[in-house]
Amino acid sequence: MTANRAIVSRMLRKLPVSRPAAVSSRSDGITEVNVDKRDLPDVCRFLGREEQGRLFVVTGSDERDVGGFLSVYYVFAFDRLRHFVAVKADIDENDPTFPSVTPELPAANWYEREMKDLLGLRPIGHPDPRPLILHGDWPEELHPLRKEFPAGLHVPRVKSRETFPVCDGEDITVIPVGPIHAGIIEPGHFRFAAVGETILHLDTRLFYTHRGLEKASEGWPLEKAVAIAERVCGVCALSHATAYCQAVETAAGADIPERAKQLRTLFLEMERIYNHVGDIGNICAGVGFAVGASHGARLKEELLRLNERAAGHRYLRGLVVPGGMRRDADPDALDDVRFTLRRIGRDFREFVDMIAAHGISVDRMRKTGTLSKEHADRLETVGVAARASGRNIDARRDWPYAAYASVRFDVPVFREGDVWARVRVRAEETFQSLSIAEQILDRLTPGEIAVPLPDIPPYRWAMGWTESPRGETVHWLMTGENGTIYRYRIRSATYSNWPAVSWAVRGNIVPDFPLINKSFELCYACCDR
Amino acid sequence: MAGMLGKIISTKTVTEYVTIEQKIRGLFGRSLFIRHVDSGSCNGCDFEISMLLAPQYDIRRFGIDFVASPRHADLLLVTGGITRHLEEAVIRTYRAAAHPKMVVAIGDCACGEGIPGKTYAHHGSAETIVPVFVRVPGCPPRPREILEGIFSAVERYDRLRKGGKPT
Repeated sequence: MTANRAIVSRMLRKLPVSRPAAVSSRSDGITEVNVDKRDLPDVCRFLGREEQGRLFVVTGSDERDVGGFLSVYYVFAFDRLRHFVAVKADIDENDPTFPSVTPELPAANWYEREMKDLLGLRPIGHPDPRPLILHGDWPEELHPLRKEFPAGLHVPRVKSRETFPVCDGEDITVIPVGPIHAGIIEPGHFRFAAVGETILHLDTRLFYTHRGLEKASEGWPLEKAVAIAERVCGVCALSHATAYCQAVETAAGADIPERAKQLRTLFLEMERIYNHVGDIGNICAGVGFAVGASHGARLKEELLRLNERAAGHRYLRGLVVPGGMRRDADPDALDDVRFTLRRIGRDFREFVDMIAAHGISVDRMRKTGTLSKEHADRLETVGVAARASGRNIDARRDWPYAAYASVRFDVPVFREGDVWARVRVRAEETFQSLSIAEQILDRLTPGEIAVPLPDIPPYRWAMGWTESPRGETVHWLMTGENGTIYRYRIRSATYSNWPAVSWAVRGNIVPDFPLINKSFELCYACCDR
Repeated sequence: MAGMLGKIISTKTVTEYVTIEQKIRGLFGRSLFIRHVDSGSCNGCDFEISMLLAPQYDIRRFGIDFVASPRHADLLLVTGGITRHLEEAVIRTYRAAAHPKMVVAIGDCACGEGIPGKTYAHHGSAETIVPVFVRVPGCPPRPREILEGIFSAVERYDRLRKGGKPT
């Protein structure tokens, strides 16, 4: 640990700042670096490229009530050093601009466009300053996350300034699809430029299910806002809820009881299992393998019923609160979990073998939708999509939370980056999750399931994170007066991974797009909030 | 005739027992076709709807299926509380469906009771945009409850057709 701190200190001494920067070490171990906004691109390039930090989360915040400025935070994660460096810059509302970091770090792209839409902080030099969160018929000068904007304001539509990149050429057809899609699926707009059936380029326009949850949560009491966190998405509900609770617990400086950590781990793995099983079934539907799709759906339904028996809710809502668990699991429920997971595990093994033996399906999946490691790294993808493309990251192993430090598990990584690799990552992870569940059940300690949290002073920021079934999910929180939320930024795994889909589909045929999309299985609601 | 008379005498009621499949066939000619419209949900309700196709529920055995085009639909299942960006799509989908059509609101958000509530980007209810025929609250409602909601819509439509009170 001291060796790491020495490395961090040496790194910070080399920060390429042209104006004085304040470096401070927080009580949660995070190093906060306050820089002049003009130094942002150089500092971020230094930390993100030269020192190989991962861009963990970027958020803007209207802190004029606190210190008189609008602020931006670029948080970098150094996995091997197990250290976070948060770069903060204050921006005057009279000149709400800052130099864009995106030319140096492509992964900052959507974060900066979002800050422009919601806070009016304009990234100068951004290669793609089109509206992102708020579509073109929203007035450009209105910014919902500014404190003076009322959360429920109805804003009339204006003439749309929406544009798409122009793909011109003799044989090029532009195919727009969505937002309403053919199946029972979430809305998003895809615009393909295709030559014959081959995709040249895909532009994705999302945020159709943007509900304004972050703004809606401002002012909510901290102990109640977990209800919003678990409704960002249906199938990542517990991952979001836990990340939120962990952010609050870190802000409070609280350590939750061991039993609570273990129960959280158990149910988080149950969330991963039902998602992976369902997603593999969905991928079978994507190739028209009806038997596979049916078995996947059957097994997923069994797992959802298990969730209800053990936790009271099929999607694991209402389970965690800041401070621990809302309810305990009784011994009968835990036996039920153990035996049902064993039985489903055996069925799942057969299910995976059946797919692997089905030549037509595997042929469809191999070499389809390949995401190269280079693109996965540059876009900072996370989760299943990252590990299928050779990017070896997993928040459970690298930044242990709940009880993950006390269980043994492998993190499967494949190199091919195609649909089949993403299927295999999910299959292997499911077996690992079944093992983690057994380990937790074997050593579950009796005791308290929650601790009361102390009052948290206002304007304190903290982060919580989980590895959701899609990947690393980060909740950044700043507390307000009287134990409420001042600013709440939710960065789901899907937010990081959507840009990668455009690269994975290039050169593939349009009929393979649903399959490739299903192989990423990115929740639109997680991304849009 | 004798059989029916015997039944009436023994049960002391004149009743007609009709299965849901028979009712659907009678009302809609063939199957009940459903178009699902996500108007901005968290996808919990969407996933519960898709579980109706899983073997445990197998909604197709009732003569009910999901269709890609609203023009083929008899019933629209709306999830979510209608976001700003989806308002136009929901209206167009509703208009594209031919009469007779029924809208069933699935989940608390569509029913106007969702936790996210009304924001600058979210109406907070489906009823502000489309006429809702049956409401199925829940967060999310279970597949069985969604199925009951669909059957309720069929029953209600049947009663209306016969000139009775919709209740």
